Amino acid sequence: MSQKSIVLYLHVHQPFRVRHYSVFDSGLRSDYFDAEYHDRTSNERIMHKVAEKSYLATNARLLDLLHKHPGFKISLSITGTAIEQMKRWSPESLRSFQMLAQTGRVEIVGETYHHSLAFFYDRDEFIAQVDQHKNLIQDTFGQTPTAFRNTELAYNNDLAWWANEAGYKVILAEGWDPILDWRSPNFVYQPSYIDGNLKLLLKNYKLSDDIAFRFGDQSWAEWPLTADKFSHWLSESGDATNFNLFMDYETFGEHQWHESGIFDFLTHLPEIWLTNPEHDFKTVSETADSYPTVDRVDMPNVVTWADTERDLSAWVGNSMQQQALDAIYSIKDAVLNSGNQTLIDDWRKLQTSDHFYYMCTKWFNDGDIHAYFSPYDNPYDAFIAFMNAWQDMRLRSGDFR
Amino acid sequence: MLGWELPPHNSGGLGVACLQLSKSLSKLGAKIDFVVPYVGNEQFDFMNVIYAKLAHPAVISGVYDSATFYEGSSTLGKDIYSVEANYQKAIEKIVIETDFDIIHAHDWLTFRAALRARELSGKPLILHVHSIESDRAGGKHGNPLVHEIERMGLSIADRIVAVSELTKQKIVHEYGIPADKIVVAHNSLDLDFMEDLQGDNEYRLLSKLKQEGYRVVTNIGRLTIQKGLGGFLRAAQLVVEKQPKTIFLIIGSGDQKRELIELAASLGIARNVIFVDFQRGKRWRDAFAISDLFVMPSISEPFGLTPLEAAYYDTPSLISRQSGIAEVLQSCLKVDFWDIHKMADQIISFVSYDGLQSSLKYDLNRELSKLSWDKTAKTLLSTYKEHHQAVAI
Repeated sequence: MSQKSIVLYLHVHQPFRVRHYSVFDSGLRSDYFDAEYHDRTSNERIMHKVAEKSYLATNARLLDLLHKHPGFKISLSITGTAIEQMKRWSPESLRSFQMLAQTGRVEIVGETYHHSLAFFYDRDEFIAQVDQHKNLIQDTFGQTPTAFRNTELAYNNDLAWWANEAGYKVILAEGWDPILDWRSPNFVYQPSYIDGNLKLLLKNYKLSDDIAFRFGDQSWAEWPLTADKFSHWLSESGDATNFNLFMDYETFGEHQWHESGIFDFLTHLPEIWLTNPEHDFKTVSETADSYPTVDRVDMPNVVTWADTERDLSAWVGNSMQQQALDAIYSIKDAVLNSGNQTLIDDWRKLQTSDHFYYMCTKWFNDGDIHAYFSPYDNPYDAFIAFMNAWQDMRLRSGDFR
Repeated sequence: MLGWELPPHNSGGLGVACLQLSKSLSKLGAKIDFVVPYVGNEQFDFMNVIYAKLAHPAVISGVYDSATFYEGSSTLGKDIYSVEANYQKAIEKIVIETDFDIIHAHDWLTFRAALRARELSGKPLILHVHSIESDRAGGKHGNPLVHEIERMGLSIADRIVAVSELTKQKIVHEYGIPADKIVVAHNSLDLDFMEDLQGDNEYRLLSKLKQEGYRVVTNIGRLTIQKGLGGFLRAAQLVVEKQPKTIFLIIGSGDQKRELIELAASLGIARNVIFVDFQRGKRWRDAFAISDLFVMPSISEPFGLTPLEAAYYDTPSLISRQSGIAEVLQSCLKVDFWDIHKMADQIISFVSYDGLQSSLKYDLNRELSKLSWDKTAKTLLSTYKEHHQAVAI
């Protein structure tokens, strides 16, 4: 037997969705993000719903687990846009996250404030957003992130190089088979070409997806998944050291409903796992400190944790997405030079990756509508609302030549 | 099958749908005798066309479209009434001479003949609804006599086929028919029937304007209330304010034509709107090809085939949600016909952003390549089988 750790990392994010902002609004009003409450694009309504179904329900259980089991630990990343929305519309949700952090056993992971793809479009802008997030996390949770994750876990060697230079201890990425080859994600790795101490933790997507995607699927051969069964799988896994369970926070209560038994699973997992003295939970930075690295991993091309291709095609794959991304970064100088902080904030909110995801047409007419989560009727409406907002922003920045 | 028209003698989408549907059914093993009212001799290798020879096709064709009289008129036009009555007599004779298992009749003009066929033969009757009277009357009540024929036919039929969920709902609401008597079978487009473009485009003025940066936004169809062109022109006015280099091409004939021309003038956009009479053949195809965007703003469109035809000529569409095709076509812009501002917003975005144009084209092509009548034909065959063991018709 050997020491084994569950590394549970949950990602919290909400975008500022653009309402059905029309070309006739452009130049007249700049309330892109303020939909009527009952509209599908209402950020306030969605925050209320997610807070009730997921944040408050899950945090109550997590806090309870932290009090009950001194060996229970988790890692969280919370985007700046999500924190802003909680401050405005669900301060009790934010307070519940702060209470988790106060236990000292919850690590907050760093990322871009706006959940953007800036790393691939504008390095200075990317750094500005990471700093903005770092400041917010310090103010909100009294922590300075030592771990980093990029939007959608989009990772390549360049990002690792940057994170190493920036002084991070560990970076998170997808444990994608074509990259890992014969290797297992259940160990600590190092990125290739790095002269430093940066460690790489790779998501075990099979185990993670058992919880995040398959948990409530009654046609799945392993249904129902119990904490007993899951713990048993992990115990049986030879000399593996760390099981990187990375997923969206909303798995609990939103993607997997309360009725699926997901909260019982969450409650029982630490109870059962921790009965073996060689088992524990670790945060991502602790994991990087605790186990030796076994190999270097080379990822020249961008790998994400999204869909079957594990690439960025759901965000940048079609001509609408490319035009929208080009447009938003093209007005950077005009926006930043304007000195208008509201405009700068609005501009950054439009960089959130979700806007481009809503324009994705990959699955749209395959009859597989379930793959498409969007508050818009179709990807074209998403593009139209976004570009109308962009036009207005261009006007505000004085970029109309 | 009892029908009113088949290409090349069709006045609109009804004949096209009947022909393509029959081909697809025959591929699945159905044997079809298709009765049309007019004189002719064209045959197709997938079915037997029976000509009732009641009148010249030119008399019949067009009758279907102009048969609708609005409130205040209680009789049908004399010609149509006599052809419709004679069609019943012809069917009586055919029923006696022909061996068949199922009667499948398309739209109200054949309904009384179909009822008579059912009465004489005792065979199951399936009525296929491509449109009902209130669709053709553009939201008004339409002709009470036609109403009565539809009510009677739909009540007595063993089974009803509707070309869309929208049409099914209307049949339920307007005629009080139980929903479970109606099966929805969407139309499609058989690309084998489409003709490719040839030679230079006939719309030379538009070609020139496009070279100068103009975009062409088009509607092709009858100029009647049902088609929602008044709203389209009001949206056009908003578009022209923001994007003056937009030309609106309106192709078709109909009782609203004068009104629409006057409306374009009074909205101050006459310079941006071009009216062209109804076209066939090369000029019909070239109209789709020269267009950047096809708009189908219909107030009520039971199905609406034209966006698929436009797609064949690589032109994306903006369609009203009040159409059957909005239930099946994904790769297009969609709007409620009354939402003039949203319609304008979508047209402006379309002409402004090539990213939107190429995404729509790409997605539409992918969707067009998957298009087939198969699913519809299978739905119909299983409906036939519910009413009869054999599949010969």
